[in-house]
Amino acid sequence: MAGKTLYDKIFDEHIVREQEDGTVLLYIDRHLVHEVTSPQAFEGLRLANRKPWRVGAMLAVPDHNVPTTNRLRGIDDLVSREQVETLDRNCTEFGVQEFAMNDKRQGIVHVIGPEEGFTLPGTTIVCGDSHTSTHGAFGALAFGIGTSEVEHVMATQTLLQKRAKTMQIRVDGQLGAGVTAKDVVLAIIGKIGTAGGTGYAVEFAGSAIESLSIEGRMSVCNMAIEGGARAGMVAVDEKTIEYFRGRPFAPQGELFEQAAAYWRTLKSDPDAVFDKVVVLDAAEIAPQVSWGTSPEMVVPVSATVPDPANETDPVKADGMRKALAYMGLTANTPIEQIAIDKVFIGSCTNARIEDLRAAAAVIGAGKVASNVKLAMVVPGSGLVREQAEKEGLDKIFLNAGFEWREPGCSMCLAMNADRLEPGERCASTSNRNFEGRQGQGGRTHLVSPAMAAAAAIAGHFVDVRQIN
Amino acid sequence: MQALTTHTGIVAPLDRANVDTDAIIPKQYLKSVKRTGFGPNAFDDWRYLEPGEPGMDHSKRTKNPDFILNQSPYDQSTILLARRNFGCGSSREHAVWALTDFGFRVVIAPSFADIFFNNSFKTGLLPIVLPEDVVDQLFREVAVDKGFQITVDLEKQKIIKPDGSVIPFEVDAFRRHCLLEGLDDIGLTLQHADDIRAYEARRQQTAPWLFLDK
Ligand code: SF4
Repeated sequence: MAGKTLYDKIFDEHIVREQEDGTVLLYIDRHLVHEVTSPQAFEGLRLANRKPWRVGAMLAVPDHNVPTTNRLRGIDDLVSREQVETLDRNCTEFGVQEFAMNDKRQGIVHVIGPEEGFTLPGTTIVCGDSHTSTHGAFGALAFGIGTSEVEHVMATQTLLQKRAKTMQIRVDGQLGAGVTAKDVVLAIIGKIGTAGGTGYAVEFAGSAIESLSIEGRMSVCNMAIEGGARAGMVAVDEKTIEYFRGRPFAPQGELFEQAAAYWRTLKSDPDAVFDKVVVLDAAEIAPQVSWGTSPEMVVPVSATVPDPANETDPVKADGMRKALAYMGLTANTPIEQIAIDKVFIGSCTNARIEDLRAAAAVIGAGKVASNVKLAMVVPGSGLVREQAEKEGLDKIFLNAGFEWREPGCSMCLAMNADRLEPGERCASTSNRNFEGRQGQGGRTHLVSPAMAAAAAIAGHFVDVRQIN
Repeated sequence: MQALTTHTGIVAPLDRANVDTDAIIPKQYLKSVKRTGFGPNAFDDWRYLEPGEPGMDHSKRTKNPDFILNQSPYDQSTILLARRNFGCGSSREHAVWALTDFGFRVVIAPSFADIFFNNSFKTGLLPIVLPEDVVDQLFREVAVDKGFQITVDLEKQKIIKPDGSVIPFEVDAFRRHCLLEGLDDIGLTLQHADDIRAYEARRQQTAPWLFLDK
């Protein structure tokens, strides 16, 4: 019999019971909660007179609606405030641990889970948020769910699941200088398309993935969902294990070693068979820039905006035309000639310490270009912010003319006050370039932190490889 | 959950691929702490000419006459015909709530994003996957017959067209059962509470580090 994939190992370990038709009741180890997708679930519990099954398996944090300036003043937007206060009230009522808005540990839910050691290898992790795939970077099975399922997990600590198909995406070889994890995942999505991973759990593998830092692996898994896969994962190695040593929610001492011995088994067996395998050559990946309104609409920075006239699939060509119109772009324009209005360095894709270091390194003593109206850095958590300040990164950003904000989702989806105005063009380190995502009529180009920083200084996209 | 057995309604064609959940319900409306009231804001950016915010009287906003769901008889449609990868992006179940609140009971597309597909069943919206060429053909038929109606029979897993011809489709047996009966998943799962407890007891032995509940 063939060996098992990492996905199958974790899935099998969590089966509570299996129905004849293959529907599995899957045990959930960790449940992250934020203010946007939880109020109706808490309300459902209340209406049915139910209690959370295992409150200690939950951790809550407000992140989407929180302001990134003057936070001690509270939230001006009444509707946002109501949502954050509803989370506070629900957590108090049901006894759920919460990092409230002014807690130093507050931050984007997918940044704080690992940072606290709440995320652990080999666990099943869910959150009412599609970017829960991020946590797969630690050899966990992590995926986003809707609010009804949030309530289901709260009430039962389980989910009804069908086994997914498995896909291995292997990136072999060595990445060039200036090419980051973000470029790798954008290149992958460009290759497989936004629905390429639908129905699959994806394992990212190969020497280029192994050589990525933990933060880099998180960026890759974060965007698995942009390739259609609910879950993205990376096998456990020593880097993963070392990451968790001493984290507040992680086991300590002897229990840590016992856990680590198990974690070391969390990799696909050499003879495991995947339903699909996709291979990329790391050396061929250049820094990427998205040009359209779907993350698959992405090209190397050295390329030009694609021409729908060259697309044979009519549905695709139509999508390209709509995207060009929305983005205010003309086919065949060199990417490096596209000028930008705003820069956003942040989000659960790229707001960890390594991302901020990479951006600061590109900026050096440079200044934000005069045509750029706003350049902002929004750290992923209070602890990331604190660390960056210890390293003096905030000074580099501030001296260059960036704004240095408090942690949260911010302009990744513009539920708080941070947003693009209609027609504004933004170099963004976030994960979605959908129409209106960063503000109605706003135009988003997805890039790595280094590329965003370089664009801020130049005022237009530039190949970061030609800077140093 | 609202049960669905058979449903007859007008088919509205939404002719674009990769319709994401940000388009189905823009983020500003996610600030609501309720499950209802999202209907007026389904496809908000496409549906209205001026920007919208929660709390506005949406009936006073100017509707975009070019958007299909603003045109008669599609403003009365209950079945949405879409292109590939419908519902991609965010996990927001609000997208499903917005569609059902608008009046939709069925969405037909060549493919759906996984989370949206899953969420649909939880709220009694039936997502039907049909081959690309069959969807193409439906788009052609809707284009020449405004007000084109079909009947969806979930029990028999078939779509009946106005001319009486039939398109078969398939839905996972368990999900079909739950939707036909309008069953509450949580209630069903809690019938297995003993299994969940037994699982936890076993795991506390094999993986004690997972039970350091704070
Ligand atoms: S940073 Fe963006 S993608 Fe990540 S959880 Fe927040 S809104 Fe979602």
